[in-house]
Amino acid sequence: MAIDRRGDPRRTAAPDRELLSAADVTRTVARIAHQIIEKTTFGPDNPDDLVIVGIPTGGAVLASRLAVAIAEFTGVAPVVGTVDPTLYRDDLRRGPARPLGDTALPDGGLDDRLVVLVDDVLFSGRTVRAALDALGEHGRPRAVQLAVLVDRGHRELPIRADYVGKNVPTAQGESIVVLLVETDGRDGVALRRAAESAGPGS
Amino acid sequence: MRHLLSVTDLDAASAIGLLDTADRLKQALLGREVRKLPTLRGRTVVTMFYENSTRTRVSFEVAGKWMSADTINVAASGSSVGKGESLRDTAATLAAIGADCIVVRHPASGAAHRMAHWAERDAATGAVGPTGPGSSTSVVNAGDGTHEHPTQALLDAATVRDRLGGIAGRRIGIVGDVLHSRVARSNVFLLATLGAEVVLVAPPTLLPVGVAAWPCRVGDALEDELPGLDAVMMLRVQAERMHGAFLPSAREYAVRYGLSERRAALLPDHAVVLHPGPMVRGMEIAPAVADAASSAVLAQVQNGVHVRMAVLYHLLAGAAA
Repeated sequence: MAIDRRGDPRRTAAPDRELLSAADVTRTVARIAHQIIEKTTFGPDNPDDLVIVGIPTGGAVLASRLAVAIAEFTGVAPVVGTVDPTLYRDDLRRGPARPLGDTALPDGGLDDRLVVLVDDVLFSGRTVRAALDALGEHGRPRAVQLAVLVDRGHRELPIRADYVGKNVPTAQGESIVVLLVETDGRDGVALRRAAESAGPGS
Repeated sequence: MRHLLSVTDLDAASAIGLLDTADRLKQALLGREVRKLPTLRGRTVVTMFYENSTRTRVSFEVAGKWMSADTINVAASGSSVGKGESLRDTAATLAAIGADCIVVRHPASGAAHRMAHWAERDAATGAVGPTGPGSSTSVVNAGDGTHEHPTQALLDAATVRDRLGGIAGRRIGIVGDVLHSRVARSNVFLLATLGAEVVLVAPPTLLPVGVAAWPCRVGDALEDELPGLDAVMMLRVQAERMHGAFLPSAREYAVRYGLSERRAALLPDHAVVLHPGPMVRGMEIAPAVADAASSAVLAQVQNGVHVRMAVLYHLLAGAAA
């Protein structure tokens, strides 16, 4: 379950407010897949240009789903990878050592390809900044675009998404809970009002 | 985690956490032209070796550098140790210079433990630490006498896990000079923590007193044990620590306890041969066995870098505790 890291959800009293149902998540992924195809001209004529790279764990799951959807609509499957931004974070010293996620980038490398970076929730932008740094160490993409399931605002860096599933106005203390079948057994996105907010942003 | 002094400080979950981190660090560096992560930028790691070492010292240094820590090597010869400075004063000096982490190898068992104790006490009393009064240096034990060598055991575990797909339930033999081997001691306890069945095969004179209390079995003749092993670890005969008549002759040792080609053929096909290095070819291991496909000796060395990166990451990347 991906919860953005501000606020401790275990201390919540108020019930979660559903933002996206399971069907909404499926629909949203399909819509983003269509937008990516339209904007990147990915297809049978141009099958090697696009690489979908997810940020573990939620983004990585969404990246594979996007790839499946894109393959369904175009007949060709884009290359998928994951990149763990943890080693590039700017807040490592603010807490105990974080566990690392998987990094698996395609054999062909990223040089001169179009990378669509995927995450579940866009918040402060710091995770994306770290992921961009990590990507840069693995090659020089032609361009990098960003796809997120939920944009909850409160950016702390000049970063914006190219593809947004849903824009959700939130308060700092609230958190967005993203559930995905692959990791949590069911799909859904909910807004959680945390009792207290503390800790570094996602 | 503050220090890494002994594998007995690690429970199964934290040991597996370190091995997972090592795997992920390996992934993060795979296929890259520039093997450099920014994670430990601004941290200083001093390796302080009072005994000879190639792989441990170099791999700690490489591990630190690949994560952008500043790594500095202090050898006992060529430093003020030669002028009679005590371990206590050398440790305090390195902390005052700004060492966030001291990686120490020392011929005396317990040296790393003493240094960690001094570091904690100095921090508590507000003595000069790496980042000002009250800050403490982390200590990593890179081998203390005949006591422990935790990062070696971790890299051996990583290698076994890579090659066999897991550690729990596997039978692992440790053969040779167990008495003088900190590698054997750390491995017995770590592998047992991770659920392996450990078998020691050694000349009776080279088994430590109290081995019955270890979480392992003392095996029979090497030939009888080999067919049942998933991995076999050959230990170096530590001539430099032998001040008595432990062995009738080197020749006899090689004949009775060496892993010859004939003996290696008794191992199951999937079995892995490990050696912590440095190997004495023809003594504990035959050259052809050391170079065979079943030998993981160089994989061990490579895993050593990633395991040591993982240790430095866990000790230094997070907030000072």
